[in-house]
Parts: sequence; C-alpha cells; structure tokens
Amino acid sequence: MTIARTFGCLVAMACIAIATNARAADYISLPGGDFASVLPAVSDDAQDRTLAPPPVTIASFLLREEPVTNAEFLAFVRAHPDWRRDRVAGLFAEARYLSHWQSANALGTDARESQPVTHVSWFAAQAFCESEGARLPSWYEWEYAAAADETRTDARADPAWRDRILGWYATPSNAPLAEIGGAANVYGVRDLHGLVWEWVDDAGALLVASDSRDQNDPDKLAFCGAGALELKDRDNYAVLMRIALLSSLKAADTTANLGFRCAKSIEGKRR
Amino acid sequence: MTTMLRSMLLVHARPRIARVFALLLALVGATACAQAGELPGDSVYRLDIPLVDQNGTGSHLADRRGRPQLISMFYTSCQYVCPLIIDTLRTTERSLDPAERQNLDVLVVSFDPERDTPVQLKNVFDKRKLDAGRWTLARTEAPNVRKFAAALDIRYRALADGEINHATALVLLDRDGRIVARSSTLGSADPDFVAAIRTTLAAHARSP
Repeated sequence: MTIARTFGCLVAMACIAIATNARAADYISLPGGDFASVLPAVSDDAQDRTLAPPPVTIASFLLREEPVTNAEFLAFVRAHPDWRRDRVAGLFAEARYLSHWQSANALGTDARESQPVTHVSWFAAQAFCESEGARLPSWYEWEYAAAADETRTDARADPAWRDRILGWYATPSNAPLAEIGGAANVYGVRDLHGLVWEWVDDAGALLVASDSRDQNDPDKLAFCGAGALELKDRDNYAVLMRIALLSSLKAADTTANLGFRCAKSIEGKRR
Repeated sequence: MTTMLRSMLLVHARPRIARVFALLLALVGATACAQAGELPGDSVYRLDIPLVDQNGTGSHLADRRGRPQLISMFYTSCQYVCPLIIDTLRTTERSLDPAERQNLDVLVVSFDPERDTPVQLKNVFDKRKLDAGRWTLARTEAPNVRKFAAALDIRYRALADGEINHATALVLLDRDGRIVARSSTLGSADPDFVAAIRTTLAAHARSP
C-alpha cells in the first residue's frame, strides 16, 4: 500500500516534471515607460551636455521569464536542422557554435538541460526567437528589465545592488554554469544578472558614438574612445561592461558565457 | 520555370524550331546550374532578404549572385555622410577602366526603411544621376536591415532625433556573395580597395 502510494506519487511528480518541461516558454509583461539609459538616445550635437540626457521611452513589451536553455535550443535545432552545428552556414555562426554539446543533436554530459544555452551567435538567437514568434529584446528593453531588483523597478542607484552584480563578474568563469531558476525580480523576470551575458537585437548598434561625419579621427568610426565619452552614469560598471562586451562581438561570434532570451512586442505598440 | 517558358514558346514555334529552342534552353539551363553550384557557407546571399529598389521593383538579395557587387548602406535624410558615401562609391568605380566597371554592380541599402520609400530613393537616384544599369538604391524591412548590417558588420544606431549614427563601410562581394574586401575611407578612392576590386573583376572575367 505504502509502496503503491509512493510509486503513484513518483509517477505524478514525473508527469508534472514532464509537463513543466514541455510547456511553452513563459513571457512576462513589462509596463514600459520613461527610462534613464546609460546609452543616450540623442546625438551629442543635439543635446546640451550640461543637462541630463532625455529619458528613453519604452513601450510595454513581453520578455521571457528565463534565458533560453540547452534543452529548448536542442528542440529548436532538431526542428530546424539548418541550425545544427554541423550544418549551419559560416555566415551565421563561427566554429565554436554549440561546441560544448556532445554532438550536433545531443547535449551530452557537459551541457545540462536547464543550463542557459551559450555558444550561440546573434543570428542563431534571432532564428530561435523567430521560431517562437518573438525577437531579441532591444538593448533598452533589456537594460530596463535588468534595472530592477526583487522589490524595486529601478535599483541602479543602490550601491548594494551594484556590488552584488559586480560580485558575479568577479567570480571565475571556468566554474560550470548554474541552472536557470534564480530569484525573480519585481516584474517576475529571472536570471538577468548572475548567470550569462545576453544578446540583444541591436548588439551591433551599441557604442557607435561619434558619427562618421567627424573625419579628423578615423578611429572614431570604431567604438571605444569616443563611444565611452558619450555614455552616461559611468559608475554603473555592471551595465557598461555588458555594452562593452556586446559591442566587441560580431553577429556570428559565440562565447561560453553568452546566451539570450526573447521578447515580443505587444500588438499595436511601437518598440 | 524553364519548363513553363519552354511550353509557352512551343505553342508558337514550329516543331523543328521548337527542338532547336528546347536544346538552347537546356544548354542555357545547364550552364546556369554549373555556374550556380552550392552557395558558399560564408556568402552574404545565405540571408533571405527581399529588397525594393528606387523604381519600386522587388527582388531578393541573393538574386545578385553572378556578378561582383560593391555594397554600402546609407539613409537619405542624412545631411552629412550619406552624400559622401555616394560620392565615394562613385569615385571608387571611376578609378576603374570602363570595361572593368561594366562588370561591377553597386547596391546601397537604406538604414531607414520608415522614411526611405522607393519614391524617396528615386529622388536621390535622379538627383545624383546614378547609372540605372548598374546602381540600385534599395530598402528592406527593419529586421532585415539589422541582419544585412550584421552580416556586413556595419554598425548603426537610430537616435531619438531621427539621425542614425553609423559606421561607414564600402564592402566588396565576389560573385558568390563572399566578402572580399572592405574600406572605411571616405571622400577618395581607397587604393587597396580599388586593387581588390580589380583582382575580383579579373577573376570573374577569366571564368565568367
């Protein structure tokens, strides 16, 4: 009797586990609004540098609760074999793409199902999101969602918040990646900090600071020097490091710590 | 497509002429296939990007396969660099011999699909007196702009005041859509870039 009950219980739990695994990804609705980004939305010539830059207006949108996992990406690759690591076009992903998986269509022991997928290119991330009727979030959307902590929508001015995030950057990256399921922020979104870096839709658009109209210094066409000068809130290293990383990557690049989550526009709202 | 064309022609042709026609079509078809072959993995033509040109005519990016392409991106409401981009493309192609130039197409895609309608592109096309035989100014929808720019590694950011910050790049594609060379020189023809164009055109001429 006891054994039967235990067995039944186990079966039920297994069923719940399977159901949980198979369900569609959860998207959380974020209200949007005016937001002070570290990346001003107006050019330097258009603004009085003594004033704070005008806030960015973000339309309400949906954001995945969690980063995309290995298991989810494996299902995508199986359904879209053009994205297998042994078939993907070189234009869309470099050689390290999904290189931590055991094979082109199996995770193996080094890549656990509930870990966020990494070693994915921007093109592959875009394709995944499109396959679930979504897109990558814009930088502003990501930064806005990630400004929150468990209780506040904008915790960025709190030194404790900054220290906690910087603490993650200080941990060595050769330790195995944790699984998803971190604490939810005030919106209900998890793992924006502390797990992986994440692609954004306009990753190729970050840190273009001086326009190429400035012909005096050809290096300004690239990003670092001039771009850094334009960024606001330079004490916010945690966020600036994200921008620095993303702006250094090309769309076919992959890294061991870079994953993604998807977003959706809400019908009738402009991004 | 070929079959359709063939049957359309057959309706009006006499049997003998029809046979010759069919043979010719088969030959043309075979040549096209041999030339086409498998698209290289790093070809920009792996992207599925519909374009609409200054005349409102639709095409696909990959339709450009077969001839070397000089490519850049711009937006027409830009007061500063964009006129310079067209100037530079022109200066670059003018440093080629007329015979070389004939085998090079020029494609400039807008960063700004919202404002750069075909009519707007046509205005610029006419004002700058571009060569309609080889030049195309084109637009595509925003997500495609993002992918196209990513494939060419041309960085840009739309600003709230309507300006678009962007890196300038002239990119040379070989006839299979592989990036052969790039230049960010503005205002004059970059000699290394011109040399790369010459080499690519010469390779194309050797095995057309």
